Amino acid sequence: MAQIFHPSFNTLSRVSIFGAVFFLGAAVWGWDRLLRSPYNTQVNVAREQPVPFSHKHHVAGLGIDCRFCHTSVEESAFAGIPPTKTCMGCHSLVWKDAPMLEKIRESYRTDAPVEWVRVHDLPDFAYFDHSIHVSKGIGCTTCHGQVDEMPLTWRENTLNMDWCLSCHRDPEVFVRDRADVFSTEWRPDDVSAEERAELAERYHLESMTNCSVCHR
Amino acid sequence: MSARNRLGAALAGALLLTACRQDMHDQPRYEPLEASAFFADGRSSRPQVAGTVARGELRLDAHLYAGTVNGEPATEFPFEITMDVLERGRERYDIFCSACHDYVGNGEGIVVRRGLKQPPSFHIERLRDAPPGYFFDVITRGFGAMYDLSDKVPVEDRWAIIAYVRALQLSQNATMVEVPAGMRAMLESEAGQ
Ligand code: HEC
Ligand code: HEC
Ligand code: HEC
Ligand code: HEC
Ligand code: HEC
Ligand code: HEC
Repeated sequence: MAQIFHPSFNTLSRVSIFGAVFFLGAAVWGWDRLLRSPYNTQVNVAREQPVPFSHKHHVAGLGIDCRFCHTSVEESAFAGIPPTKTCMGCHSLVWKDAPMLEKIRESYRTDAPVEWVRVHDLPDFAYFDHSIHVSKGIGCTTCHGQVDEMPLTWRENTLNMDWCLSCHRDPEVFVRDRADVFSTEWRPDDVSAEERAELAERYHLESMTNCSVCHR
Repeated sequence: MSARNRLGAALAGALLLTACRQDMHDQPRYEPLEASAFFADGRSSRPQVAGTVARGELRLDAHLYAGTVNGEPATEFPFEITMDVLERGRERYDIFCSACHDYVGNGEGIVVRRGLKQPPSFHIERLRDAPPGYFFDVITRGFGAMYDLSDKVPVEDRWAIIAYVRALQLSQNATMVEVPAGMRAMLESEAGQ
């Protein structure tokens, strides 16, 4: 029988076995990049909302405290999303005819809720609780970024397990005074290492990496 | 099993696995405020049925919960006002009232400067003479253009805020004689600067 493959194919097959390792490596790397890309994690991707609510205007511009709208963030797991009435307290008079706010007025008239699109959503098998983080001196901006600079809300961090753990291993690095938890002006270098150690002591900060803390 | 069937089975298996993953990600329970296909109005967080009282929310103490004593606005606070209560009141006032009433209560908060109706200053005669129960009523049921804040501020905090408003009223109308001796020197040195 005539030879099908030319002898040079020997080299080619050796090269391709060798190359496969790299090919696989590149595929794994590519997959990992994809998983960590904004396409998958939604980091820095501003969400379209039914009403273009701007934290930039309301927090940085008007100086309204987070708790005016996210009322349950100090006592419960859920931070709370403001009901239509909260908006109407001001917008029944301020910008009261703006077309942008028609959905809010309609919701108030008809008692049908505004359907905000979730920006952060952990999978249901992971447990998260705002109140403990707030009372242990972890500020909103540490996890949610500079909300006061967001015309539309986006996600600042991946919310992946490795992100949670990067803090849970040593929360002292991120702690701030409880009085500054809601501040958007606070910056990490406002506290020195000694002050952080002192705060960690005062708030009894522990490293919590046990699986059952978050998977219960 | 033919190769084709085997491939089909493998694909089906893979699909099933991804399905499981999604199930665990989004389990058949409601998160707070999640939309519901079951209720006609689409809410999973159910509004309270009219005429019912939730467990632990029986509110018989009219003084604490309605700010009235024998049907009249209460002239006293329902609990003792300590320094802690005042501090709490200051914090809550700054969160819930300052945007409109400003930090000193003169009714010139930032939202007023952007077009909201201007509230009266807390330092006018009429509001200085108004009993705490009157303020409680304004926070709880609203007043004219001001919407009520009963869903945002729990009753104890409302009283703490009122105590702080009282302190603000005092502060804007105090004379040097009323300042405790220990604090007088501090104020005078600050005024001198
Ligand atoms: C005037 C009311 C108001 C104030 C004040 C306010 N928020 Fe919000 N917030 C909203 C509304 C409405 C939404 C839902 C729409 C959206 O996601 O932008 C929201 C959404 C969010 C979300 C995303 C929630 C999700 O869907 O996952 C975060 C995080 C957040 N706010 C943080 C903050 C922080 C931190 C502050 C204080 C610095 C703050 N907010 C102050 C009204 C407010
Ligand atoms: C404490 C008062 C207050 C509350 C509460 C409030 N707003 Fe506003 N909002 C304002 C003011 C004042 C402006 C005008 C901003 C300016 O002039 O800089 C404004 C502007 C806006 C605008 C248009 C301008 C822009 O691009 O930001 C939208 C949209 C809006 N608000 C949505 C909302 C929604 C939705 C809510 C409820 C979650 C809400 N607001 C709650 C005071 C308020
Ligand atoms: C330790 C990190 C962390 C801190 C600190 C934090 N958040 Fe969150 N926040 C999250 C995570 C994670 C979620 C998503 C929760 C979920 O999907 O169950 C979330 C969700 C939210 C939501 C959407 C509603 C909800 O509860 O699911 C709002 C609003 C919010 N955060 C506001 C705030 C405010 C205001 C503060 C400051 C007091 C704050 N957060 C502090 C991590 C944090
Ligand atoms: C920036 C720091 C930080 C980040 C990020 C963070 N945490 Fe925490 N977390 C803390 C601190 C501090 C505590 C309190 C530890 C203690 O009690 O000493 C805590 C406590 C908790 C608890 C409460 C444990 C209990 O026994 O009640 C849960 C649950 C939790 N975190 C879940 C999460 C999840 C899920 C994430 C990621 C989505 C996350 N945390 C991200 C700092 C953080
Ligand atoms: C600080 C909170 C926290 C702790 C502690 C924690 N996890 Fe997680 N875990 C999460 C969060 C949040 C997710 C979901 C986000 C993600 O997939 O990265 C997750 C996801 C997972 C997943 C992936 C499931 C999937 O479908 O992708 C596994 C498996 C897991 N955790 C196992 C563990 C084990 C085992 C431990 C103990 C060694 C542990 N976790 C400790 C927060 C935590
Ligand atoms: C969204 C803006 C806004 C907020 C927030 C607000 N108010 Fe008002 N308030 C008003 C306006 C506007 C008026 C004037 C109403 C009128 O005369 O129609 C008013 C009037 C009042 C009055 C005077 C009633 C009278 O007899 O004239 C009192 C007392 C009062 N508010 C207390 C409070 C307290 C206490 C808080 C905080 C818990 C608060 N308000 C929060 C806007 C606000």
